Amino acid sequence: MIDWFLNPTQWHGSGGIPTLLAQHLQYSFIALLIALIIALPIGFYVGHTGKGTFLIAGAANATRALPSLGLIVLLVILVGPYFKSDLAFLVPSIAVLVLIAVPPIMMGAYSGIASVDPAAVDAARGMGYRPLALLFSVELPCALPLIFSGFRSAALQVISTATIAAYVSLGGLGRLIIDGRAQNDYMQMAAGAVLVGVLALIVDLIFGLASRIAVSPGLTRRTARGAGIRHLLAQRKQRNS
Amino acid sequence: MRFDWLLRESGNIVNLFWWHVGLSAIPVIAALLISLPLGWLAHRSGLFKSVILGAAGLLYTIPSLALFVLMPLVLQTKILDPLNVIVALTVYSMALLVRTVSDGLDAVPPDTLQAATAIGYRAAGRFFLVELPIAVPVIAAGLRVALVSNVSVVSVAALVGTPQLGLLFTQGLQLRFVTPLIAGIVLCLLLAIVLDGMVILLSRWLTPWRPRKA
Repeated sequence: MIDWFLNPTQWHGSGGIPTLLAQHLQYSFIALLIALIIALPIGFYVGHTGKGTFLIAGAANATRALPSLGLIVLLVILVGPYFKSDLAFLVPSIAVLVLIAVPPIMMGAYSGIASVDPAAVDAARGMGYRPLALLFSVELPCALPLIFSGFRSAALQVISTATIAAYVSLGGLGRLIIDGRAQNDYMQMAAGAVLVGVLALIVDLIFGLASRIAVSPGLTRRTARGAGIRHLLAQRKQRNS
Repeated sequence: MRFDWLLRESGNIVNLFWWHVGLSAIPVIAALLISLPLGWLAHRSGLFKSVILGAAGLLYTIPSLALFVLMPLVLQTKILDPLNVIVALTVYSMALLVRTVSDGLDAVPPDTLQAATAIGYRAAGRFFLVELPIAVPVIAAGLRVALVSNVSVVSVAALVGTPQLGLLFTQGLQLRFVTPLIAGIVLCLLLAIVLDGMVILLSRWLTPWRPRKA
């Protein structure tokens, strides 16, 4: 497999790794952006008002069971003929990616807002915060850890499903796996799999770090970061003794 | 929808359906058997907890298709071997269940544990007769998620060629034919609902002391 990676033809042109990686990131980014625009307001609304909790939990469960491959192929056949050239598979693929990304983001936003300490909300209201200001400067910051974790799992599922969409001729790293299978070239398949796996791990790592930076230290002091520091201190003590 | 096609292919579809059942359910059972001791270990020790749950989180990040493709390298199997799918899904389900088992055991009230010890339960008896039964609802919730997501992930293995309902999707694209697609999606959803319901019933049967919703 190392030979495969060292072969310069893998790094140039329209089928080269940089192009495929750029495509993969591009599709995922577009899908996540659309999903955020749809899911965040709904999640905030449901979390803030408590209306429709049952509905969004049901939506999350239903999409977990939906086979994404079947859905992509179905949309390509049904909707594809109405679009020209590449859009025939681009639109259905992105639509399914959005559909997959919406429920986790929505659930994260909902549970984040719903689990904000009611005392903090009451205090802010008592200080004269209007509903919108309350949402953006009290509830949102407090809900950020759960919003991030919902977004993280959405991002992973989108990257994973974008790989599958290579089957309906979408670009991206999935091409290596699908084309490798068609040409009976296992090395190419395995290389594609490694690249997709590494991409997922790196993206997860980046969002993990972003969440650490973005979440107010006041929220993490007694939970995640505090535990992490305590853990590090314990390790250092062990090493010194 | 072309029902004559469905009728003609029904033998084949039923066959694929049973493959699908096996490929979704066997990994969850295997994963549960592995997760019980690992989850217990994570529950008991803080260091193991961060290591085990960290490793589980890492494995869960890897996209399913990539895992299916890489399995032959690890297991030295052929790419079409169903074992690849079973092991890959066992890894996924395990990543999920280890956390649930450990959370379930964490949620057992300390008063209950003390009472059990006071009555005279030894460590092993207390685990199997007190802690595990109380953790059943939490573990069942994890099992439901694992089973339902397996049903949809299994169909991805059609891209590698393993027989199951996902083959109806690849067939649908090759023939530009909607009937197998709808049949496949509906059967997947039905299977998910049935498996989900079975876990709910099993969990109720195992915890007769819990209050029933009217």
